[in-house]
Amino acid sequence: MEATGELAKPGNLSGVRHIILVLSGKGGVGKSTISTELALALRHEGKKVGILDVDLCGPSIPRMLQAQGRAVHQCDSGWVPVFVDQEQSISLMSVGFLLERPDEAVVWRGPKKSALIKQFVSDVAWGELDYLVVDTPPGTSDEHMAAVEALRPYRPLGALVVTTPQAVSVGDVRRELTFCRKTGLQVMGVVENMSGFACPHCAECTNIFSRGGGEELARLAGVPFLGSVPLDPELSRSLEEGRDFIQEFPKSPAFPALASIAREVLNATPALLS
Amino acid sequence: MPVAGSGERVDTSGRMEEVPHDCPGADSTQAGRGASCQGCPNQRLCASGAGAAPDPAIEEIKEKMKTVKHKILILSGKGGVGKSTFSAHLAHGLAEDENTQAWRGVFPGGAHCCLVPQVALLDIDICGPSIPKIMGLEGEQVHQSGSGWSPVYVDDNLGVMSVGFLLSSPDDAVIWRGPKKNGMIKQFLRDVDWGDVDYLLVDTPPGTSDEHLSVVQYLAATHIDGAVIVTTPQEVSLQDVRKEINFCHKVKLPVVGVVENMSGFVCPRCKKESQIFPPTTGGAEAMCQDLKVPLLGKVPLDPHIGKSCDKGQSFFIEAPDSPATLAYRSIIQKIQEFCSPHQSKVESPSSS
Repeated sequence: MEATGELAKPGNLSGVRHIILVLSGKGGVGKSTISTELALALRHEGKKVGILDVDLCGPSIPRMLQAQGRAVHQCDSGWVPVFVDQEQSISLMSVGFLLERPDEAVVWRGPKKSALIKQFVSDVAWGELDYLVVDTPPGTSDEHMAAVEALRPYRPLGALVVTTPQAVSVGDVRRELTFCRKTGLQVMGVVENMSGFACPHCAECTNIFSRGGGEELARLAGVPFLGSVPLDPELSRSLEEGRDFIQEFPKSPAFPALASIAREVLNATPALLS
Repeated sequence: MPVAGSGERVDTSGRMEEVPHDCPGADSTQAGRGASCQGCPNQRLCASGAGAAPDPAIEEIKEKMKTVKHKILILSGKGGVGKSTFSAHLAHGLAEDENTQAWRGVFPGGAHCCLVPQVALLDIDICGPSIPKIMGLEGEQVHQSGSGWSPVYVDDNLGVMSVGFLLSSPDDAVIWRGPKKNGMIKQFLRDVDWGDVDYLLVDTPPGTSDEHLSVVQYLAATHIDGAVIVTTPQEVSLQDVRKEINFCHKVKLPVVGVVENMSGFVCPRCKKESQIFPPTTGGAEAMCQDLKVPLLGKVPLDPHIGKSCDKGQSFFIEAPDSPATLAYRSIIQKIQEFCSPHQSKVESPSSS
């Protein structure tokens, strides 16, 4: 990783040990799903996790953690993120909390989106966190540039890049890898989501969204392949209802892959100096 | 902006935008006057109020669109629900309109007949242009003629335009902020020589931002027939799609209807159905009833669709009898009826 040459000023991210961005050139591949499940898995490993949802037009994370409709409060050091659990081990900031009505569309052009993302980075009192997971919308535009620039002084650990197996997804995700290269963001690895479906009636596995793209992408780009997460209706349902999939469905076919991704993140984390 | 040469290309060398990060917007009251405007190359122009004047391109686009009969936007608040897949197959379906097949026989040798529908597909997903791949046109280039940019043709009567044709390599990333994306969309609408077109379909990226505002603004002086909104059954999609429907209401864009994609999966072995993306809050049907918009149809998951898109072929040819194909055909017919409610259809003598 290149040295940024710019020290982080003490600020609202000064208590955050590691920052991970979850990116994809493609929409609907499961960035928010992976962000949420990663946060839950890290929590189960005893870590304190924050999630920053910078998808301003389509903020999905609040519902996935049963936090929709919650309010954001102010404190002396800025906005207080919403804690999704009693133990306060997962905190969340999303534009979803700032809307008057849940169906309200955020119809903003680039500069206004960039300004809010900068505020999310500088004005939210995250406190002490082991990990901050940053969920992004698809693409390589205002939100991504704003997030990378605002987070740069804090030296993010890197990016998880999510794809589905089809060539159409891989085609977009290649561009995201270029974005990472150009902005100096290290790619921790590629995750292939929606990788096959085992029929619950007869166990026949069907590759609904083709196969193999994720592994090939990782190989082409010379980055680690972190694993394939299969389709599981229980995972979809769990996210719809804001439940803890990691706790409730350890026997799901999706569980081993999700747990493995969390382990890779933990292994990639430099040891802390005491 | 594209460089002239053997084919038009965009510069993706990755130099970040010169426009300041907190640009107040060219049409804001602070245009040219804000603290962040100092040093911006456009400062003088904005301060003079030029940004607030209507863009001359709007009239130019109005002229250009006089040869386009129907315009349909394909939208979704949510990514990955199948907008591009749907746009591509809507284009294929309209271009293959059965009602004109009979006429092709009247003119031997398949000579170009003015009754064959001319279809144009415009991809304004600037960061993630999927349409070239889905239409089997990867690697094609755009050429410039005296009358503007030429679309890339799949068939005589099906032309396509996408930023994907302007990139030199599949790894090229278009890392542009809003204003530059808007400029590209303006060029697509103003400078592409579509010719006489029955249907102009506009495929969009997910969201409610620059691309969506721009396409509606630039087409403001013309008539957009309406928007088709694509979703999947889950609430995670619907919550974004409701926002998109509200966006349509805000900008006074008629909603043709909603398509529920990935609606159930039939196992090819045991033929039993599973709901991979469960409609925990009633799916598109409940949402459409709530918001009083038409449900155009439900398209089930079919592994052939993904494969066809990857190969750049029409799924209708790969799997003509699939329930998904039948669903698509029915939806396409409803869209045609929405666009031309009083047009009587010519009966094909060979129809069963």
